Amino acid sequence: MSDLFYSNISELQAGLNNKTFTAVDLMQSVIERTEAVESEVNAFISRDIEDALKQAEASDKRRLAGASLGALDGIPVGIKDIMAVKGQPLRCASKMLESFVAPYDATCIEHLKASGAVIWGRLNMDEFAMGSSTENSAFSQTANPWNLDCIPGGSSGGSAASVAAGQTIVSIGTDTGGSIRQPAALCGVVGMKPTYGLASRYGLVAFASSLDQVGPFARTVKDAAILLESLVGYDPKDSTSLNRPKENYSKALEQPLRKLKLGVPSEFFGDGVDPEVKAAVEKAIDWYRSEGHTIVEISLPHSELCVPVYYIIATAEASSNLARFDGVRYSHRSSDAGNINELFNKSRGEGFGEEVKRRIILGTYVLSSGYYDAYYLRAQKVRSLIRNDFDQAFEQVDAILTPTTPTPAFKKGEKSDDPLSMYLSDIYTISVNLAGLPALSLPVGMTQEQLPIGMQIIGKAFGEADILSVAHAFESNHEFKDLRPNLDNSKQ
Amino acid sequence: MSEKTEIDINYVAELARIELSETDKEKLSGQLKDILVYFEKLNQVDVTGIEPMAHAHKVQNIWREGDQAGPVFSQSVLNKMAPESRDNQVVVPKVVE
Amino acid sequence: MKYEVVIGLEIHVQLKTKTKMFSAAPYNYGAEPNTLTDPVVLGLPGTLPVLNYTAIEKCAELGLMLGCKIADVCKWDRKNYFYPDSPKNYQLTQNEQPLCVGGSIEIEMPGASRNIEGAHRWVELNRIHLEEDPGKLTHTAFDSLIDFNRAGVPLAEIVTEPNLYSSSEAVAFLNALRNLIIFSGISDCDMEKGQMRCDANVSLRPKGLETLGTRTEMKNLNSISNVKSAIEYEMKRQAEILDSGDKVIQETRRWDAAKNISLSLRSKEEAHDYRYFPDPDLMPVVMDKARIEVLNQMLPERPFDRQRRYQKDYDLPYTITSVLCANHQLSDFFEETLGLYNAPKAIANYLVNDLLRELASNSEQGASALSLSETKLKPQSIAELVEVVESGLISKQIAKEVFVEMFASGALPKSIIESKGLSQSNDSSEIEALCLEAIANNPKAVGQFKDGNIKAINALKGPVMKATQGKANPAILDELLQKLIESGE
Repeated sequence: MSDLFYSNISELQAGLNNKTFTAVDLMQSVIERTEAVESEVNAFISRDIEDALKQAEASDKRRLAGASLGALDGIPVGIKDIMAVKGQPLRCASKMLESFVAPYDATCIEHLKASGAVIWGRLNMDEFAMGSSTENSAFSQTANPWNLDCIPGGSSGGSAASVAAGQTIVSIGTDTGGSIRQPAALCGVVGMKPTYGLASRYGLVAFASSLDQVGPFARTVKDAAILLESLVGYDPKDSTSLNRPKENYSKALEQPLRKLKLGVPSEFFGDGVDPEVKAAVEKAIDWYRSEGHTIVEISLPHSELCVPVYYIIATAEASSNLARFDGVRYSHRSSDAGNINELFNKSRGEGFGEEVKRRIILGTYVLSSGYYDAYYLRAQKVRSLIRNDFDQAFEQVDAILTPTTPTPAFKKGEKSDDPLSMYLSDIYTISVNLAGLPALSLPVGMTQEQLPIGMQIIGKAFGEADILSVAHAFESNHEFKDLRPNLDNSKQ
Repeated sequence: MSEKTEIDINYVAELARIELSETDKEKLSGQLKDILVYFEKLNQVDVTGIEPMAHAHKVQNIWREGDQAGPVFSQSVLNKMAPESRDNQVVVPKVVE
Repeated sequence: MKYEVVIGLEIHVQLKTKTKMFSAAPYNYGAEPNTLTDPVVLGLPGTLPVLNYTAIEKCAELGLMLGCKIADVCKWDRKNYFYPDSPKNYQLTQNEQPLCVGGSIEIEMPGASRNIEGAHRWVELNRIHLEEDPGKLTHTAFDSLIDFNRAGVPLAEIVTEPNLYSSSEAVAFLNALRNLIIFSGISDCDMEKGQMRCDANVSLRPKGLETLGTRTEMKNLNSISNVKSAIEYEMKRQAEILDSGDKVIQETRRWDAAKNISLSLRSKEEAHDYRYFPDPDLMPVVMDKARIEVLNQMLPERPFDRQRRYQKDYDLPYTITSVLCANHQLSDFFEETLGLYNAPKAIANYLVNDLLRELASNSEQGASALSLSETKLKPQSIAELVEVVESGLISKQIAKEVFVEMFASGALPKSIIESKGLSQSNDSSEIEALCLEAIANNPKAVGQFKDGNIKAINALKGPVMKATQGKANPAILDELLQKLIESGE
């Protein structure tokens, strides 16, 4: 039972149904693993062991009574510290919310609970999801399980690292500009951002409302599909959520993959890409070609404008979304405020970290009087052009293949003082958010230094089943899903 | 945009209600200037006649029908989360209008 | 120098919905602090707004009542500013595209006296848009307390063109607007409860000049008389500035009703940079043209239209219609009563005189005046009362007594008359005996009557009425006395 924590959902369900082990055994295994490696990985901001065991016990009782709720019943799911779970801390890795406890459940959490999932822990992240390295957490610095000196990526670094390190079976994160796919790539796991509007944002602490989406992290494509099925669904509490029939993504994987046209955009393979990353992704593309799929060279001509468009729209929305953290009702209040303006200025000055302040200031500036048309409005127009690029590409192809990140995981501290170069590490992922499309990152290689390499598979709107199938085909013919970081050795 | 890349950091920080130290201001001003110069890339493209894109999907007419009252919080919820409260209300320093 | 004042008003009206603009939390005035909140109302992290369709429809209805053009699409913007009563520190409002555009309202200027109808004119509106109310701050000596019950209540902001030219015109406008909104059922517009609030933009210009002078914005005008005083104070203040050769500073000023002065709000001036942008959490609503047309067909009658109808169809005088149509409940009550018994003048008289007197007398006992809905009186009560008077069952005199009784107990007139034995006595033999007795006891009055003083007969009626406890039918009594005097010659 010792490696239950590294099993996949299908194996675990089989064992639970055969009574080989119980959900409590599984949870215990995950807890023990977490305690063993957490001092190195630091994936969690907090965890409620007692609560998790109680949920597992409830799952065992259901199963015993023949009332199991399905594939996720009894499976530990780690939660990024940005989703509200009733009665649990909701800190967003910020001092601002250090003592905040959520009095309600996010809709995605309600869905998970209804699937019988064991809600497990509060996973580390960049403060308010702003960052690409999880170094912007006010609480701890998560390490990349493959190399503890490297960052795990971000902002959902804790979600990616915990899955890679066996501290949970699967986890959920959020993706505004790559915050699921980039850490998934850097930690060697599967991470997926669904089509905008597919999963409810209610209870997801907003960073950039028109870009944020919740999505799964898993060690296998099938686990990601199972988790995604539970997460998505129309929510009347989120006016941007879409009312669509539910799809059975995991079942779709059982079908043999039909011959597809796969687009490769030249703009994503230029000078900025690390040679090892480029080689691994091209090798994966070659594999698809060898399997009889048609590879089509395409162009997404406005790709290089994605970073400025993204940082204008995202920071503008964030400057307004984060105004509610003001020290009045529930967030950090400065003890040093003599009047109401000081209360605002000092509470926010003390409560927010450097990157969050930087983005709020930038977002405030681009919306301020006289600059709206030049920045925000113009960015929204260029966003239309970026969307058009994808629309045209998808007239020719079924899915698009790109590197997820320009480089593998970089060293901690390497880019901390250079925000612009940090922003550029999202260069391949953010266009997908701007266009509202689904995309996932799949492990397709390792560098010489044993750092994972991810390939991004971008789909048409609501093409989740397609891109999962494309990923599943590669995964089934390669060994990357079975690679594990060397954490145990480093301990011994 | 090029002539506008100098941010009046004091004005913007005041709008954003964030207290910054002088060192912070200096550091931020420099970083933001770099970022704004980078944003000038946007001027390369002609956007005449292009509709701004506010949402990923053109969804319309989402609302709540019926005007039926839903659940409310008990007073203790806010009392517990508020940094300071009295008589079931949130206390702040005196607001001078 | 002679100046002309130019006034524009911004009026916030709370729409009478059961729930808030963007969440299902209920609202009712006077609830215990912070008992009408939910995650959305408190602006908790992760919460999202969802539109209350009823509020949009009520605002559109208001726009139609005021002849506005209804926008094709209802869209939302964020107005960003920090204030402790604002849970998100941005207000969802309609900056770029208000739901209702243009429009106008008929107002009545004061007449030469209360009994004389004043001139009517139309005041142009600029727009009506929807937004959310913030919470409520209460200031103590050393700190401020926040109650978020009011946060998120749907507000319609009505903005006039600057085309009001005196404080009394502003008052006439507010009265007309308030009455029209109450008639439409869209809001109760109780200013004491904050259901209607007013800001005034005031500027002076030399008489005859077309261009507008520099304006100031007066805030915190929470009664119609405050609006009048504040405008007049501001006119005087600005005239003094202009007369001395100085310039008026464009600023926001707060009216202090206790001290009867306005004060500059410099603190609000420093950051008028609201950083409006389209709200990304709400989707546009395409207004259903057919539905708008149906609403337009079903609009309630506007108060001045109703007044004109009463004058024309029922021949009621201004003194009556101006009272009836200034009170929506009273006017509806009138219509209902009229449906039961067709005697407009008599019914209107009971309502405007007797009923309003009884309602007011309640306020003399220290309480606030009762509203019609708080009484036990039903349209059926008044209809029956008019009927029994017209059929001669009781006299008008007795009717007043019956009215007081039915106001107090809610009983119907006929049952009051029966239980108290108030029906007019028509027993002629008994009355004849009493009349003869009266004639015998008052030779002087009889003499005067014979000499042509018709009024002298009243001295004879008095004792008969007294003896019958008022139940003698006055008309019959008149006739009988005359006959007896004449036959006694």
